[in-house]
Amino acid sequence: MDWAIEVKNLIKRFGDYEAVAGISFAVRPGEVFGLLGPNGAGKTTTMRMLATLLPPSSGQILIEGVDALRYGSLVRRLLGYVPQALSADGTLTGYENLLFFAKLLRLDKKERERRIHEILDLLDLQKAANKLVREYSGGMVRRLEIGQAILHRPRVLILDEPTVGLDPVARHTVWNILEKLRAEIGLTILITTHYMEEAEAICERIAIMNRGKIVAQGTPAELKVKAGKPQATLEDVFAYFTGDQFESGGTFREVQQVRRRIQRFS
Amino acid sequence: MAYLIGSLAVTEMEIRKLRHDPTELFTRGVQRVLWLLIFGQALSSIRAIPTGSVNYQTFMAPGVLAQSMMFIAIFYGLSIIWDRDQGILQKLLAMPVPRASFVTGKALGASIRAFSQVVIILLLALLLRLDIRWSVTGVVYSMIAILVGASFFATLSMILAVLVKTRERFMGIGQLFTMPLFLASNALYPINIMPKWLQILATINPLSYVVELLRGYLLNGNAPLFFRDWTILLTATILIQIIAARLYPRIVL
Repeated sequence: MDWAIEVKNLIKRFGDYEAVAGISFAVRPGEVFGLLGPNGAGKTTTMRMLATLLPPSSGQILIEGVDALRYGSLVRRLLGYVPQALSADGTLTGYENLLFFAKLLRLDKKERERRIHEILDLLDLQKAANKLVREYSGGMVRRLEIGQAILHRPRVLILDEPTVGLDPVARHTVWNILEKLRAEIGLTILITTHYMEEAEAICERIAIMNRGKIVAQGTPAELKVKAGKPQATLEDVFAYFTGDQFESGGTFREVQQVRRRIQRFS
Repeated sequence: MAYLIGSLAVTEMEIRKLRHDPTELFTRGVQRVLWLLIFGQALSSIRAIPTGSVNYQTFMAPGVLAQSMMFIAIFYGLSIIWDRDQGILQKLLAMPVPRASFVTGKALGASIRAFSQVVIILLLALLLRLDIRWSVTGVVYSMIAILVGASFFATLSMILAVLVKTRERFMGIGQLFTMPLFLASNALYPINIMPKWLQILATINPLSYVVELLRGYLLNGNAPLFFRDWTILLTATILIQIIAARLYPRIVL
């Protein structure tokens, strides 16, 4: 079976601290897979390693069979990354944000315009294309970022906490778009989240992560059965597998950052 | 090739940003006016500093020009930290683009901003009837000197941004750097009246070479020591760009 994403015994240490303590999982092509866990579990660090921003301390990452450590630039072509922060450039318009990425990709003018308009259409941003991103709602920024991440037609899209800080309507819009991308383009999608309902709503399979380790993997239904309670909430499942309460606080700095971002875009 | 296209794309975006909000260009210009107008006039009239055949105000004009260029370039590094805070940097580094492009593109973006200051100060010089040799080559070469100088200091501040990590710390350290760099150069006074220790500092300060070139091009129409000055300036800029490109991925953390 050819996996779209394969992670084998991935470890990341910062000094003495093991942020990712040896995890392994695999994602099928065209699947939506979720890494579920509280803040501090090591999800963002894992995403950064997949996006080739951070080298692993040990272990292997294969994206569409390509070794991320040895062929970083090729992996960056195959993969699209949407980081946790709402990170479109507020001092430019939506169109310009896409233009920037299109130019960096060295697309010629015709191809650029074609892809930009394709994406604006797909993500329902045509009307706002020439407004400054500073004026966009959180949901619109998120959609724009997804657009930036798929401009180079990657096979795999990874999103770190895609709906954090968004209102319920925006969240559903993002979920719908991810599903649309999966269905229409056949994109493989990996998300991290600490929202139970998000994992249940859009992921086919999930891996539960806590303190740098994966404690369980499977479809939400399978995990609930394993936890002995078919009617369980994912909270119960989490508690069962980790023995912890799912306390999703995060450090002060993280919460401060999330709050600032929400304020900026509401 | 990818490196060049990447750099130009980054620069183009900086220009577009300026188009959306040009106010900062004007606010910076005001400070320079004060230096040149008030300080320059005062020192000219008391003839405290021996500046050869031109009056002090004319002598200091290229210095003020270089200072404003350096100021803009150094605080431009702040925008890198801002980008990082916003996560923009993480997305860019995950793209199939040579990482060195971002360093060069931002440096050029700083230069574009610095140009606006050149225009303001030259206009002021015109109004004050300073003894400037208005020649096309002089002005063009001055622009290039400003471009290279701005690139150097912008890159320096980017390296600072990597090492310093937080916005508040950067502001503090930025302030700490700019004044001494300005004072320990030949911007305000000729090197030969400085005490020995200051002369040494001024000689290793790239700002001095920018000022020397500007003084030559603007006041004399050509710069007598241009070969030495350009070599030092360009080498310093290329070296610092290489260092910054190496350090750049580390900013994400």
